[in-house]
Formats: sequence, C-alpha cells, structure tokens
Amino acid sequence: MEFDINKIRQDFPILQQKIYGKPLVYLDNAATTQKPKVVIDTVSKYYYEENANIHRGVHYLSNKATESFEIARKNIQKYINAENSHEIIFTKGTTDSINLVASSFGKKFISKDDEILISVMEHHSNIVPWQILCEEKKAKLRVIPINEKGEIIFDVFEKLLNEKTKLVAITHVSNALGTINPVKEIISKAHKKNIPVLIDGAQSIPHLKVDVKELDCDFYCFSGHKVYAPMGVGVLYGKEKFLEEMPPYQSGGEMIKNVTFEKTTFNELPFKFEAGTPNVGGVLGLSAAFDYLNKIGRENIEVYENELLNYATEELQKINGLRFIGTAKHKTSVISFLIGDIHPYDAGIIIDKMGVAIRTGHHCAQPVLDWFKIPGTIRASFAFYNTKDEIDRLIEAILQVIKMFG
Amino acid sequence: MTIQEIENQIISEFANFDDWMDKYNYIIELGKSIPLIDQKYKIDNNLISGCQSKVWLRAEYKDRKIIFTSDSDAVITKGIANLLIRVLTNHTPDEIIGANLKFIDVIGLNEHLSPTRSNGLVSMIKQMKLYALAFKTKMEGNK
Repeated sequence: MEFDINKIRQDFPILQQKIYGKPLVYLDNAATTQKPKVVIDTVSKYYYEENANIHRGVHYLSNKATESFEIARKNIQKYINAENSHEIIFTKGTTDSINLVASSFGKKFISKDDEILISVMEHHSNIVPWQILCEEKKAKLRVIPINEKGEIIFDVFEKLLNEKTKLVAITHVSNALGTINPVKEIISKAHKKNIPVLIDGAQSIPHLKVDVKELDCDFYCFSGHKVYAPMGVGVLYGKEKFLEEMPPYQSGGEMIKNVTFEKTTFNELPFKFEAGTPNVGGVLGLSAAFDYLNKIGRENIEVYENELLNYATEELQKINGLRFIGTAKHKTSVISFLIGDIHPYDAGIIIDKMGVAIRTGHHCAQPVLDWFKIPGTIRASFAFYNTKDEIDRLIEAILQVIKMFG
Repeated sequence: MTIQEIENQIISEFANFDDWMDKYNYIIELGKSIPLIDQKYKIDNNLISGCQSKVWLRAEYKDRKIIFTSDSDAVITKGIANLLIRVLTNHTPDEIIGANLKFIDVIGLNEHLSPTRSNGLVSMIKQMKLYALAFKTKMEGNK
C-alpha cells in the first residue's frame, strides 16, 4: 500500500482540532499515541452491540464476546510472532506486565544473593518492581552502564553476567533518549549462560517490527496505548516454559479451575494469569490497532518515521545552543534536548502556547537523567501521522522560547 | 494593603495584556528579578519538590505577621511564586488562612495550579497556609 500521509491523518480524528487557535501539533507520542477511527469504532461497537462477560456465560452475547476476545489474542500472537496464543497474557499495560513477572517469576526463581540485571536507561517501571523484589529476597540489582551517546556499554554488560544472574530486564528502546538497544545480542549472550531476558517493549512496539521468536526473548511487555490502541490494556508475552512454572499473580475469578475451602487448583495458560474480568473492549481495540498498522505497512512506518527523525535532527541542529541528550547510532523517532540554560518546564509552557504538544521533565527515568547530570529534558517524539510541516512548527516554537528567555 | 486589595491590583495589571505572550513576558520578567530568598535558605528543608520544577519557600514570623521568601529553578514558576508572595507576605496568619487567591483564576494562570502540572506551586500554596496555621497555633495559641 502506498503511504499517503494526508489520508493517514484523516484516520485520526483528534488531529483535526485547533488549540489556542492554532492547528494542534502532537509530538508527545512516546507518552501516548492517538487512536485511529477504526480503533475508536471497534471499542464503541463492542459496547454498542457485543458487551457481555467472557468465558462464563452460555448465552449468545457472552459466546460472541468470548470468541472476539480469543480471536484478538490470536491476532496479537501473530503480530509479534509468538509460538502459542496462550503465551499472550492480557494485562493493564507494561507496568502491570513487569510487575506480574517480578512477583511471579521472583517468587519462584529469585533467592538470596541472586542478581537481576537492568540498565541505566530504564523507565521507573522497569526499575522499581525489581528493587522491591531484591529487597524482599535480599537479592542484588545490578546496572549496565551507558556511554555519553546513551548506548549501553556492551563489554561491561558481558562482564556483569555471571552465575548469580537470574534475569536480565532491559528496555528495547529508551523512552527518554530513543536509543534502540541491541536486544538480540543481549539475549543471545545471556542465553549462553542460561539467563532469561525480559524486554520492556513499551517504546519499541510502536516503531519497530517485533518478532519475539526471532529475538528469542523470554518475556516481552508492552502497552496498548503507546501503539494506537486504548489505555488500560497491555500484553505480557512469556515463553510457555516459564509461564507454566510461575505461580499465579493475582487471584480470583477466571484464573481457577476448581475452588473448595480446602484447596484451589489453578486454570491453565493464559487464564492462570488473567484473574478477574479483563478489559475486553481494550483487547479488541488493540487487535484493531494491529490490523490498522499492518494495513499501513510496518516497513512504511519505519521508513517514514526515520525520515522525520532525520529531518528534525537536522533542523534542530541549526539552532544555536541546542543540546541533544541521547545521540545513539540507532534511534527511534524520539529527540530529547535542552535549549541553552532554559529550564525544560519554562520551554514546555511556551511551546504548548504555540500549539505544540511535547513532553518536559524526567520522563519517569530519573537515573538516566542523573547520569547526564540534568534534571530533565524537552522531548519531541514523532509518529507516522506527523509531518515535516509540524516539525517546522516545533522549530518556530523553540525560536519563540529563545526569544522570550534568551 | 489587604490581601484582597493586592489581588485586585494584580488583576488590573494583567488586564492590560492583550495576549498570552505579553502576559508571559511579564511573568518571565518577574521570574528573572532578584532571588526572592536568601541563598543560605535554599536548603532541602525548604524545598517543595514538584515533578517538573523545584520551589524553595521560607516563612518567618515577625510582629504578628508572616514574611515569605521563595525561589524556583524555573523562571515561570518563580514568576508566579513571586505573585503569590506579593499577595500573601507581610500578613497575619488569619488573613493568610482566609485568602481565597481568586486572582490566579481571573488572570488566567489556573493551569499552573492544576495538580497534574506538578510544578510545586500547588504545594507552595498549601505550604504557605500550613505555615500560617502553624504560626497561629504556636505564637498565638495562648490568646
């Protein structure tokens, strides 16, 4: 299919609006992406026509909703190329997925003096659950360092892998810097020592073609809302061999096979990890989002977003005093920067008033900003519905900031 | 001047601005003015931490009135902090506790005080009122 940006923009109703009297320029896609009409319609149709609780009723609507839900699971399995559909666990989002692994995998596989390996550039949601687990188990959290470009230092990573390492939990793409980590190599090195690897895919699933079989990761976590799907739904992909051995996370309905007051036996995968009524509408929306992305063409998206990244980088470089934070060789369409000594919050207020939505602050990744010795950055993150004209609007807004604060 | 009179004075000052840029240029000017707090008081104890910007606030009790001083690492936050101080400093605890600070809404700066902004300003107002309450209890408790 041909990549027609004007047509694509028509698919996103929210982009048609004006804010402060100017056409909205939405460049905060790393925080959350906008939803195409087909996703909104899918969710809406579910509540209009199909709403019923799944896996329980014998009635028409319940059967229909259950069927749609399980078809969606298979669709999502296919999208990330998982071996089995029962390796797709629906969660609330990346944070929930990571917490599930920290809790269940942690209970079974982590003991005193074990080590869990993360990197400096993790989002708080791939730091704090491991910290809490390590405190509980008296295990140790070890951190892979990065260089000044914001790339992990691979030989230090290799040295950190040892017989005590029980898990590597690392982000595929840094939310604050845009760095694409060499996760395939990381996984292969870790597997040589029989160490499983969890990939935080929140920032990679919207931009890169993800094939969990090819990566050979043991866990892959992502959120729906960062990939053009609704909020409140996410996925934990886990290899069957680990999911089978891990104890349940939350308990309640759906995840049980048989309950008496003496003993409860647990349901099989994936239901063992899906206690309670799931976000059915959200799951259907996620499946619709993947269909939509397939229709646009994932390669087309990658090529176009790369073009936006290069254009924005070139244009921003022309601005005096602008400093990039994160200049890795391999990046997704995320640019973090500072303008001279201007505080990111001050810049953010003015850029907003110019009708451009960007993010300022520490991006829930304080350790990596501490590493760069800065309190925060201004971050522009692009999606395939953005245009070069919009990047020009960002540049115009930055020049206004310099005019007002410089 | 009473708190209300100062609020009205600020409202009429802001009425002169035609657009957001003039308004923010004025706030930036306020934010760039001399530090409002003595450097030695910019300590963690006086720090009100927001997610986006930091605010330092100090309160002193003098002649039954409270004197506030403050600073911020962000210019716009400091400019707005400057306005809050102008309104509340040098008043009695009771006056400060009773202040409704409607001027913020009237001059169109409410967005900076939404809890989601986390620039420290919401906590700053809360902290100013808490200081007033604390001084009232401590200094005037026996009356």
